[in-house]
Amino acid sequence: MTLSYLTPAFLIERDNKRCIQCKVCVQQCANEVHRFDEEEGEVLADELNCVNCQRCVVMCPTRALSVRKSPNEFRQNANWTADAIKSIYIQAETGGVLLTGMGNDRPYPIYWDHMLLNASQVTNPSIDPLREPMELKTFLGRKPDSLVIENGKLKEKIPPQLELDIPIMFSAMSFGSISLNAIKSLARAARQEGTFYNTGEGGLHKDLYEYGANTIVQVASGRFGVHPEYLQAGAAIEIKIGQGAKPGIGGHLPGEKVGREVSETRMIPEGTDAISPAPHHDIYSIEDLSQLIYSLKEATNYEKPVSVKIAAVHNVAAIASGIARAGADIIAIDGYRGGTGAAPLRIRDNVGIPIEFALAAVDSRLRQEGIRNQVSLVVAGSIRNSADVVKAIALGADAVYIATGALIALGCHMCQKCFTGKCNWGIATQDPQLVKRLNPEIGAQRAANLLRAWKHEIKEMLGGMGINAIESLRGNRLMLRGIGLTEKELQILGISAVGE
Amino acid sequence: MKRVYAREEFCVGCRLCQVHCVTAHSPYKNDIVKAFKKSNPRPLPRVIVEENRPLSFALQCRHCEEANCTKACITGAMQKDPVTGVVTNDETRCVGCWTCILVCPHGAIVQDERGKKVAAKCDLCSGLKEMPACVQHCPNGALLYQEDESQVRA
Repeated sequence: MTLSYLTPAFLIERDNKRCIQCKVCVQQCANEVHRFDEEEGEVLADELNCVNCQRCVVMCPTRALSVRKSPNEFRQNANWTADAIKSIYIQAETGGVLLTGMGNDRPYPIYWDHMLLNASQVTNPSIDPLREPMELKTFLGRKPDSLVIENGKLKEKIPPQLELDIPIMFSAMSFGSISLNAIKSLARAARQEGTFYNTGEGGLHKDLYEYGANTIVQVASGRFGVHPEYLQAGAAIEIKIGQGAKPGIGGHLPGEKVGREVSETRMIPEGTDAISPAPHHDIYSIEDLSQLIYSLKEATNYEKPVSVKIAAVHNVAAIASGIARAGADIIAIDGYRGGTGAAPLRIRDNVGIPIEFALAAVDSRLRQEGIRNQVSLVVAGSIRNSADVVKAIALGADAVYIATGALIALGCHMCQKCFTGKCNWGIATQDPQLVKRLNPEIGAQRAANLLRAWKHEIKEMLGGMGINAIESLRGNRLMLRGIGLTEKELQILGISAVGE
Repeated sequence: MKRVYAREEFCVGCRLCQVHCVTAHSPYKNDIVKAFKKSNPRPLPRVIVEENRPLSFALQCRHCEEANCTKACITGAMQKDPVTGVVTNDETRCVGCWTCILVCPHGAIVQDERGKKVAAKCDLCSGLKEMPACVQHCPNGALLYQEDESQVRA
């Protein structure tokens, strides 16, 4: 054993005037940072393993605790920052790939914050959503090229559609990466608010079949948990090609998280690693993708829309065009800020492009090619609030996926340590002692509240623009203006600058 | 009558119920810090957290219909209120003989030897108007205060 050069990242401050030695912090810290010293008769802390998840801070009944960045500093160096130095210490000790959780946290520009929305003044009246009806209903799926009406009725059958009361869905998070209680919370909230959650590549636990009408079931490269009843159980099927946090990379659920229930749901032996390969080994071309899309449609009697999820990468517009032509009904695009339970740090922080540009590029391309009606676009990758939703829809999205925001509603404090399996909030863990910390009744209420709050805000913003249906905002880039953007950025986003 | 029911599947073993029980039975009902630092003697928690991880739940007096403790009490200190059904121990009359503890089928009565020897037990926070402090402050909805056992199972 040699000396580790790693030092605590955080400092725990305990106000001894307030601390009553109740040991709640000791009970709650899965990282065993707090301990009660019998000899001293007081609670002490060793911060080395503290991840700043804030569980102790929130649970402390007397608010005696605060966690902040460790005051310990390396010599100032704008190039070799503390993060850069510590990363090397970790790799020098382990010889391994650096792992992390949640989305890209680097200070790249956030383009949502460089777009501003319009509002009506004088010449066209704004609308008060509390007094007048406001429609957020959204249908996802292939729309016909034209409508033929005979005897007052549609002649042809409309392809299968997902009906959303609000253009926000919970994106894919597998059972394994998050706890069953977390999934139950999202499933119940989706049912309550008329939208959908997504199983991720974790299969569908037996307790979740009752939420089938609000479930999108995923088929990914590992094909875990895929069987006929699974495909039939969901309202739609999503083929996962890529994920914004780790484009080009597969998934890896370590064996210690594969307990009895995860093993049953994924249909793999207990305790074995669940490895999703980087590519689908039966997809090497658009034609291969088309084959899988139609296999899934065939298996489900052409009754369910099929979505294809990709990460936003450089040629995303051409790729999306290929996916639309391959027969997908929905394309989900995940930007480089998208979250994850575990990703190699360097991939997460350096691969992919912002969702704002990917969305604008894909929507423009599909319109130019005259095939925009053939697919619905769902975007993901750090939709942080209702304004981001409105801007995404104005840029051309049909709906958005949220996951990080939803988990924050359930209690996530963004410590980025999901991959350790020690989530103190009962979300990214399979430890029964930790899982029970998330009561799905409370979780469902909080997630549903978030959706309802955003719904009110979206209606307010629409009303301000003088629009009474979300359908009238979709792809309406005239409602957006860019601030602090270059000519080229404005051109790709397809929006004018402020004042234009 | 309304009782406190525990939902073990949501009990996180944090023992905040005990912290708030102590506070509610101290002279400083709205100040946890003072309740712990200034009460002399500091009241014992009347709610017991049984724990064998991952299983845990908070246990307190069941306020039995036929309460053995009231029958066994040698001084008449332990009484069941005929109207509310709450079983309370009149500590001025209690002599600390522990007979109630011997007969309690739930192990819900504790020995309090900090001042005068008395039996301490849950009184459903009779002094407080709202729900018992443990239920009110449970962070995860693991305690319910209601007439029957419905909704206890998720």
